[in-house]
Amino acid sequence: MKLLAVDSSGRPSSVAYLEDSVVKAEYTTSDNLNHSVTLMPNLKKLMDECCFGMGDLDCVAVAAGPGSFTGLRIGIATVKGLTMADDIPVVKVSSLKGLAQNIGSGFVCPIMDARRGQVYGAALRDMEYVIEDSALTITDFLALVSENLGDGEKAVFLGDGVPVHKELILETLGERAEFAHDELLLQKASSIAVLGEKLFNEGKITKSDDVVPEYLRIPLAEQEKKEGILEDAGVHSLKKIAKGNRK
Amino acid sequence: MSKVTILGIESSCDETAAAVLEDGRTVLSNVISSQIDIHTIYGGVVPEIASRLHCENINGCVKKALEDAGKDYSDIDAIAVTKGPGLVGALLIGVSHAKGLSLAKNIPLIGVNHIRGHVAANYISHPELKPPFVCLIVSGGHTHLTIVKDYRDFMIVGRSVDDAAGECYDKVARAVGLGYPGGPKVDKAAKEGNPEAIVFPRGEVKDRPYDFTFSGLKSAVLNYINKANMMNEEICVPDLCASFQQAVVDSLVSRTMNCARAYGVKQVALAGGVSANSTLRAAFKAACDSEGFECFYPEPIYCTDNAAMIAAAGYHDYLAGVRDDMTLNADPSLKL
Repeated sequence: MKLLAVDSSGRPSSVAYLEDSVVKAEYTTSDNLNHSVTLMPNLKKLMDECCFGMGDLDCVAVAAGPGSFTGLRIGIATVKGLTMADDIPVVKVSSLKGLAQNIGSGFVCPIMDARRGQVYGAALRDMEYVIEDSALTITDFLALVSENLGDGEKAVFLGDGVPVHKELILETLGERAEFAHDELLLQKASSIAVLGEKLFNEGKITKSDDVVPEYLRIPLAEQEKKEGILEDAGVHSLKKIAKGNRK
Repeated sequence: MSKVTILGIESSCDETAAAVLEDGRTVLSNVISSQIDIHTIYGGVVPEIASRLHCENINGCVKKALEDAGKDYSDIDAIAVTKGPGLVGALLIGVSHAKGLSLAKNIPLIGVNHIRGHVAANYISHPELKPPFVCLIVSGGHTHLTIVKDYRDFMIVGRSVDDAAGECYDKVARAVGLGYPGGPKVDKAAKEGNPEAIVFPRGEVKDRPYDFTFSGLKSAVLNYINKANMMNEEICVPDLCASFQQAVVDSLVSRTMNCARAYGVKQVALAGGVSANSTLRAAFKAACDSEGFECFYPEPIYCTDNAAMIAAAGYHDYLAGVRDDMTLNADPSLKL
């Protein structure tokens, strides 16, 4: 079983190579937001070091979302290009579940900053979903966590939503909240690899042609059009209807 | 010498496209997946929606291009992909996909300038065309007057100092309620109108004889509409479109002819989305004929965004030994 994993859903751009349940190598670059520049050179290093070509792989696992729209698309478009010629099966892994795998057990709450006053959040107990991947306000998310957290149970928070919302988490949950260590706080492709292998063995594969990100949100323009805020959203005409005139 | 086969990939705006070309001129396949119907709902291209659709369609376009061409991945000598200019999120789909395919199948990679691609569209439609020639590049985002000295050697002689010609079409079309995309709609309406009905200004840029300015023209058209609305007068949309279009075409054609004359270049070409405009093509041809210049413009399918033109431009980069590595990135404001 040979598997390549890719995660570019958040700040780190990360690739990992797994052989028979063992992560052989991982490259993660997180000081540079430009995944388009870092991801492929990292993959090339990984391929050279672990001596594999795309034709040798059983599967490619990719962090499919939620996350930064552009980041997700860089990862997924890359994986589509990598896999299309040889019809290599793709496994889509939740980027939130991937984060939770950094901890791997207990009650884990991965949260990513989703802007517009929201987080992408989920909660897992021993890697089983308690709260599904969602886009919601941190307040709503913490209320759900409080409801689901058992007596004496502690929730470990991680993800790039932690530095943004740490105070509120502590205010809401007090001593029931813990935080992942810095080196485990963000996305790692090795976690996607481990989960990807499981999903592959369960037959949960997607064809290269059909792989698209799990955005959890419709485009802002579509949303505003529905709400009647937006008249024309095209690049040549950003025109919003004044508040008083909205239908 | 065996033929050079290039796979072109284009995703800079609202068309996902792939094509296979032989020796930079012979189109074996040209696949375009247009998103225009969806963006029309929004009155223009919505970058996030464009990016999502590119991501959904890219595999299918590349596969169909290879299939239509009867080629396999092993037949491809290089992948030429648009690296800019364009919408960054849209460009990144093509660039990321091309990098993945290049690494997986060990195919050389070449990042291509989209505007140079528009120029190269002329090599497809006119196998006899060789530099040097004067080229007027007009599209939704660009208005450039250039001298193509060699396949990879461009001299920019003039450019728009404000709006691009295509942008101006979109704004006027919106103002008179024709909607998006403006170019073809204004062109169509203008066919029924009198180009001399309304006198609109032909803007000039002081001391820069080859530069263009369209903001004055745009304001004049909008003022005309506002004034008519205030006076409760009906606007004759065909006359307005024809008169506006005549002003644009006069500006474009006169500077191009002046440039060709001044630099002693006898071949003159049009390129870019707006070069599909029938009035511009006709005026251009007439002006060239009276000056004794040879006139070139691409077939309409190669005027608007396509991947065949990207492969055509990439072919000359390939011959020159240009190769990009895995750090290739999208550059939304790449210069010509």
